Amino acid sequence: MSKPETPPTPSCSQLFWIFTRIALTSFGGGLSGWLLREFVQNRKWMTQEEFLNGLSISQALPGVNVKNMAVWIGYRLLGWRGAIIGFVGIIVPPAVVIVLLGTAFSSLSRYPLTHVALTGAAAAAVGLSLSMGITAARAVPRNAISITIMAGTFVAVAILHWPLFWVVLAAGCVSVSHAYVRGNR
Amino acid sequence: MSEHPHTGLLLSLLAVFAPLSLVTIGGGQSAIADINRQVVDVHQWMSQAQFVDAFAISRMAPGPGSLLVTLIGWQVAGFWGAVVATLAIFGPTTFLIYAVAHVWARDGGAHWKRSLERGLRPVAAGMILAATYVLLQAIDGGWLARAMAFASTAVLLFTKVNPLLLIGAGVAVFVGLHAISLA
Repeated sequence: MSKPETPPTPSCSQLFWIFTRIALTSFGGGLSGWLLREFVQNRKWMTQEEFLNGLSISQALPGVNVKNMAVWIGYRLLGWRGAIIGFVGIIVPPAVVIVLLGTAFSSLSRYPLTHVALTGAAAAAVGLSLSMGITAARAVPRNAISITIMAGTFVAVAILHWPLFWVVLAAGCVSVSHAYVRGNR
Repeated sequence: MSEHPHTGLLLSLLAVFAPLSLVTIGGGQSAIADINRQVVDVHQWMSQAQFVDAFAISRMAPGPGSLLVTLIGWQVAGFWGAVVATLAIFGPTTFLIYAVAHVWARDGGAHWKRSLERGLRPVAAGMILAATYVLLQAIDGGWLARAMAFASTAVLLFTKVNPLLLIGAGVAVFVGLHAISLA
C-alpha cells in the first residue's frame, strides 16, 4: 500500500530495536497494542487496514499472536530479513530477561511492594489491550451478521470458556463465507 | 549454568513443546493447562509448586507469556534446555505465518483474500475484547485496578501519549496509595 506521505522503510537495526523495546517494555500482555501504536499511529510505516489484516491472520493461525504479528510486520516491511528480525527481536531479549528474573526472583519476592507495583503496571497495561479491541471493533463491517459474529466470539471465549481452536474455526468459517457471498463492496 | 545436559532430555523437551506450539491459537494461554500436565504429571520435571512459581514469573516478566516454556527449559536443562524449549514452542508456527505472509504479498485483490480479511475481522475483534475481559477479571487490585485500566484506555484512544508513561503512572498510583494506607 503506497501513500505519498509514507516515509522510507526502516533499516534493519531500527526495526530490531523497535521490536526489542516493545518486547521488553510490555507487561501484562497487550503487545499488539504497542505494535499498532508504533508502526501505524506514530511512524506510519503501515496503514491501519494492513495492520488489522495481519492481526486477524495472526490470531487465526496457531502460534503466539504477537510473535506472528512481528513476523508479519517484519516481512511486510523488509522481506525475509524483516521476518527474522521480528522473530528474534520479540523473542530473544525477553527470553533472556525471564531467565534472569527466574534466577533473581527469590530475592525480589521478599518485598510486598514488588507485587503492588506490578499490579499497577498490569492495570495500566490492560488499557492497551482494550484500546486495541475498540480499534479492531470499529473496523468490523457494519452489518448484523458481522457484529453478531464478533459478539458471539466474545461470549464463547470470555464467558463460556469454549476451546479457542473450535471457536475460531467455526466463527471464522461462517464469517469468511458470509464475506465471500456478500462480495466486496 | 549446568554442564552438558542429556541429549535425551533435550529431545523430550522438543517432543513435548513442539506439538503444543501448534495448538496455541489465540495466544499461549490455551496451552498452559497442557504444559502443566506434561511438565508436572507426565515427565515430573518440576513439582506443582515450582510450576506455579514459574508461571507467576512469566506473568510478571515482559514479553509473550509463552516464555514460561523458556523458563521451564532453563530450570530443567540449563542453557540448551532454554534454547530448545524456546525454539520448540515458537518455531513451527513461525514457518507457518512466514509462508502465509509470503503468499499473501504475492497477488493483490483476489476475491477470496478480501473475503478472508473482512471475514476474520469480527472474529479477531471478539477475541481481543475477550482477552481484555479475561485480563480485567484476573487482575488483582479490585475497582482501583479497573478504574486505572479504563482511564488508560481513554488516554490511549484520545492522545498520542507514550504507553510507557501510562504504565509508570500506574505504578506510581498503586505504590503511592499503598504508602498512604500504610501510613
